[in-house]
Amino acid sequence: MSWVLASPIIIPFATAVLSFLFRKGPEGRWLSVLGSAALLIASGILMAEVLAEGVIAAQMGQWAAPFGITLVADLLSAVMVVITGITGLAVSIYALADIDERKEALGYHALFQVLLAGVVGAFLTGDLFNLYVWFEVMLISSFGLLILGGQRVQLDGGIKYVTLNLVSTILFLAGVGLLYGMTGTLNMADLHGAVQDIENQGLLVVVAVMFMVAFGVKAAVFPLFFWLPASYHTPAFSVSAIFAGLLTKVGVYALIRTFTLIFTSDIAFTHTILLWVAGFTMVTGVLGAAAMNDFRRILSFHIVSQIGYMILGLALFTPLAIVGAVFYLVHHIIVKANLFLVAGVAKRIAGSTELSAIGGLYKTAPFLAVLFLIPAFSLAGFPPLSGFWAKYVLVKASLDIEAYWIAGIALAVGLMTIYSMTKIWGAAFWTPHPTGVEPSLSSLPARDRAALLVPIASLAVLTCIIGFYPEPFVAFAERSAAQLLDPSQYVATVLGEAPMVASGLAQLEGGQ
Amino acid sequence: MELMVAIMVGVLTAAAVHLMLARNVLRFLFGLILISNAANLTIFVAGRLTPQAPPLIPEGADAPIGDVANALPQALVLTAIVIGFGLFAFALTLVYRTYQNLGTLDSDEMRLAEPREAEDKA
Repeated sequence: MSWVLASPIIIPFATAVLSFLFRKGPEGRWLSVLGSAALLIASGILMAEVLAEGVIAAQMGQWAAPFGITLVADLLSAVMVVITGITGLAVSIYALADIDERKEALGYHALFQVLLAGVVGAFLTGDLFNLYVWFEVMLISSFGLLILGGQRVQLDGGIKYVTLNLVSTILFLAGVGLLYGMTGTLNMADLHGAVQDIENQGLLVVVAVMFMVAFGVKAAVFPLFFWLPASYHTPAFSVSAIFAGLLTKVGVYALIRTFTLIFTSDIAFTHTILLWVAGFTMVTGVLGAAAMNDFRRILSFHIVSQIGYMILGLALFTPLAIVGAVFYLVHHIIVKANLFLVAGVAKRIAGSTELSAIGGLYKTAPFLAVLFLIPAFSLAGFPPLSGFWAKYVLVKASLDIEAYWIAGIALAVGLMTIYSMTKIWGAAFWTPHPTGVEPSLSSLPARDRAALLVPIASLAVLTCIIGFYPEPFVAFAERSAAQLLDPSQYVATVLGEAPMVASGLAQLEGGQ
Repeated sequence: MELMVAIMVGVLTAAAVHLMLARNVLRFLFGLILISNAANLTIFVAGRLTPQAPPLIPEGADAPIGDVANALPQALVLTAIVIGFGLFAFALTLVYRTYQNLGTLDSDEMRLAEPREAEDKA
């Protein structure tokens, strides 16, 4: 049992060590691909286990629940780990052609695998302090990846990324400290019960807002998003893609986890803030995208606006809305990573990501155009692609509780998304190349072509599958939402048969 | 004792915010170091301060006898200090490299990743 939970964390770490040892030769990159494939298999096993048994938990070193380190997976964690495996594999195949030997020698593959380990750890941990540690694992490897190569523009973007993320981490740490002081426990399942015994519930709301800000920076919500479009367009395309797919979503995951499990005492206050944040995030993100003229910067601003939709699902806090948030999360990771991968191929064959400097991709590389259209339309919410169902569920959820204004915003932002996607389409694909170059896929070496296009095509197929057969995915999201809204099974599994609620606190007070 | 630590956390945070509002990236970094120490102290004081007895378990017993210091926040703070130290070492190197490459520490002049033309057009 504990191996099922631990292996998705151990595999990428082991792969990181191996690929670092072999970083000077071609073995390193193949080890990275193998490791990602193994991670995907391990996550599949984990998923099967969770589907069969409900929530599963393991205590590391056999220390009983509120005292030891707990790994726990419910449906949401499991699906996030599976998605991490899928994007990890896709990007590490893509990296075969995208990452040059200099970056490999600097340890690209090792950092990439550590990043995957950090992300998976954050999804699987059952303990707030460990969540902090996994965040740090993720952060330090992402810092390394972001500035790998040391171009001036990377250093500039890196400064903003590093400083803002450090501030958020410190805020998170302080929040963890205060919460520990109030409850005497850091185990999330134990906290679920312990926070109800706090006499001064107002203090709890203060801590809740601290967590909201800290995770909000990670998730890049309004008004804390500005580090993201300042940095995500600077590193290698593989790095952009994995950041865009996974990193901000860890913030969203942490928000969903804490604000369904721990901070539910004053929903009227906290979730109203989240609702406003969601609205502003959607609008500012899409307006920023409309103002940009660079392929990757437009996509970066889209991440921001899409995060708004997921927060919207959490903020509405009805069963249907949580279904929407979970579905959106899964759909978005695939689509967004894929769009950045497409941007990388466009850069390779057309020479730039600046929209005014490229063109003609539709005429000479129609296959790439199709591969761009699938995720782009899905992101904008065209039926019957995956984004349509995600948006449909969220809009339906807001109409159900008569929040018409937020439904209106969600729909309008969808339209604006199409506008900026049309901008990319018009400039990069439709108009002729300004310098008369005829970009074509056949200009790439055959090996590079396979490594670049296979992941993109597979992710596009996955998007189509979710779009055309949404039923099992929605049913899954429904089960996951039910688990999130009624965490009794989660709590019981983590704490064992007889939950020792707030036992830590009793000891603390005794120690006074 | 706890009150004094709490006041110290407040003073550290205030000084840190003052430093972090500066445009100079190095000053920002120093502010970050101060505020991270404030966060560590917060965890430490949140575990209740018991200055007399170390949390040692006598031979043959399963639990410490009498009132002892809470060991968990100390472990947490130790972890946080180590992690924080690593991050600051990285951040300092990054700032140094950026200074070498861009020739400035003023965050307003760091516009490479977000060129100004984009704003002028809009």
